[in-house]
Amino acid sequence: MFDLHGYGPSILEGSWLTVQLALASLAIAIVLGMVAALAKLSKSPIGRGIAGGYTTVVRGIPELVLMLLLFFGGQLVINYLAAEVIGYEEYIDIDPFTAGVATIGFIYGAYMAETFRGAILAVHSGQLEAGAAYGMNKWQVFHRILLPQMIRFALPGFGNNWLVLLKATALVSIIGLDDVLRKAALAAGATRLPFTFYLTVGVVYLVLTTVSIILLQWADRHYSAGVRRA
Amino acid sequence: MGHDEHESGDMNIRAIVLATFVAVVVGVVPGRDAEPAERIEVRIGTEGAYPPFNYTDEGGELKGFDIDIANALCEAMQVECKFVTSAWNSIIPGLLRKKYDAIIASMSITEQRKLIVDFTDKYYQTGGHFVAKKGSAVEISREGLRGKVIGTQRSTTHQEYLLDNFQDVATVKIYDTQEHVNLDLFSGRLDAALADTLVLLEWVKRDAPDFELVGQPISDPKWYGDGIGIAVRKEDTDLRDRFNKALAQILADGTYQKINYKYFPFNIY
Amino acid sequence: MDFSIISDNIGLYLNGLVITVELVVTALVLGLMIAVPLALMRTSRNPFIWGPVWLFIYVFRGTPLLVQLYVIYYGFGQFAAVRESFLWPYLKEAYVCALIAFALNTAAYTAEILRGAIEATFHGEVEAAKACGMSRSMMLRRIILPSAFRRALPAYSNEVIFMLHGSAIASVITILDITGVARLINSRFYSPYEAFIAAALFYMALTFLIVWGFKLWEKRWHAHLHPRQQ
Repeated sequence: MFDLHGYGPSILEGSWLTVQLALASLAIAIVLGMVAALAKLSKSPIGRGIAGGYTTVVRGIPELVLMLLLFFGGQLVINYLAAEVIGYEEYIDIDPFTAGVATIGFIYGAYMAETFRGAILAVHSGQLEAGAAYGMNKWQVFHRILLPQMIRFALPGFGNNWLVLLKATALVSIIGLDDVLRKAALAAGATRLPFTFYLTVGVVYLVLTTVSIILLQWADRHYSAGVRRA
Repeated sequence: MGHDEHESGDMNIRAIVLATFVAVVVGVVPGRDAEPAERIEVRIGTEGAYPPFNYTDEGGELKGFDIDIANALCEAMQVECKFVTSAWNSIIPGLLRKKYDAIIASMSITEQRKLIVDFTDKYYQTGGHFVAKKGSAVEISREGLRGKVIGTQRSTTHQEYLLDNFQDVATVKIYDTQEHVNLDLFSGRLDAALADTLVLLEWVKRDAPDFELVGQPISDPKWYGDGIGIAVRKEDTDLRDRFNKALAQILADGTYQKINYKYFPFNIY
Repeated sequence: MDFSIISDNIGLYLNGLVITVELVVTALVLGLMIAVPLALMRTSRNPFIWGPVWLFIYVFRGTPLLVQLYVIYYGFGQFAAVRESFLWPYLKEAYVCALIAFALNTAAYTAEILRGAIEATFHGEVEAAKACGMSRSMMLRRIILPSAFRRALPAYSNEVIFMLHGSAIASVITILDITGVARLINSRFYSPYEAFIAAALFYMALTFLIVWGFKLWEKRWHAHLHPRQQ
């Protein structure tokens, strides 16, 4: 049943693309999430409003619908903005991979924002005050005091979001990206063995999630060093 | 005779060589300057997943009837062809956003598409055809398909044809890719499917010998338009005219026929 | 943007809405019915009982819903044994396949949520029940499960929303739910914004309804946790 009829390399190629897509999207999601979390906690009502709108809307719509909307509409918006704002008339080429990364990163940025916001709030404010009392500026407080302590609280939610993001990459096959699922469909059509190939994709994802869980457990132990467990 | 004669002989030869050289330089160099000015780049959008018209081979290279025609046209227009691939459902948006300048991807000329883009003259004619399992005795008519399940690919002229003609008598299912249509044909969920005649001929030959084309070829211009053409932006009238001129040229000088018969045993123009 | 395309086709969207709601509600109910026994089996000490359940949960939470759907819809159709069995008239239908995939998926997630809630039962309550001479099944029925459901409510509300969003995938196997209708409109009229924004609005409305519904429910079930009204 596991004879892949020569499509093995093709499936591996697709799997590698899936991994790259997931990691690149994660990077974008982390950046967007951090910015949005800080905006939501900031004193500026505009910042809070935009960030609030972002997290509410994105988490209120199915990823597939958002992906289709951003994929079909996003290029138009970017080119329109570039033309109007910068006067750049030439078409900005956005290939499917970039579109996929931008879309997934944008969606999971909203989920990361909520996770980070909770984690930031969990860091004892006394720590931040002490940092300010020592004369540290905002950036120093953020990156020497807030960030290291925040990671421990963010880890469970972050890990969860990562696993969901990883599985969401399967959706990019619907917008035409040549990921592992598309490769499987092509193989299934040619060999008339959809069960074999879709099961294989399932195994690929299972391997990826297992590896992720192992790494996350390690990270959890590492960042909880010295913390008393309840 | 001797040194002097030799020298004057040399001089003559040298003069001839020099004159020739000058003539060539004068003749060719301006020509070389003029040529690059003509060799502008035309970007061609195509899908790459529609054999035998446009597909990517194992090495990742674009091949197919559409690609060969495109190259022939560019040669006739004396321009440089550059291919850009796009997923089918965003191929027209890509043209409008100037991702490429023309679409050569077996796109049917239809009234609906003419609202947003312009087409050149047709470069081949094809229609749709139903396909069903051999021996399933499916009758292609409104009565024959009553209560049956028929499928096709999303965003195609076939989709419009099925929805407009059979939606009220049969169950019409729309799939994202032709592979998924094929899988449901294999499992029997679909009694029949509608797809491009030429694509089906290839598929039945290669992957599905237990299937056959049924019914008549469908080329009703209301859905299938006036053949397959090259799409360009509405404002690029001059590009469209150049394509038409080049098309007429390759039809007249036999290049088109050579490409046609490379892929199909019959004339598809 | 020309929203008349949407208003002309509003009937289709409403049909899609009905299908989405039907599919999601049925899947959730079936999933819950499967999840309760699964969660209980998970808490057993016998590895032959919790082992298979753990595996089921691991596989269904570790692979994308889309892959699960493809395996059930396209995969099962591959086998002549399936096609010739009495199950085929049901498995032939895309709706049934989607229902099976969604129900199994939500069963896995819900079982985990319930398991966590069951294991968090205050040990004193269990001891008291034993002291009263309650049998295991009575203990479950009267003490453990009611309080477990109460604890699981917030996490379960998230799961319901995820199921709603996940249901958009049904459109990929030709089902005309909200997303299916939006994709049809987009492919016929080349109008991605109108089609998908309309779909997004429908989903957001449903999401808010669910959130509001759960808030009311929590108010009742967690009434004992609220501060006293003065």
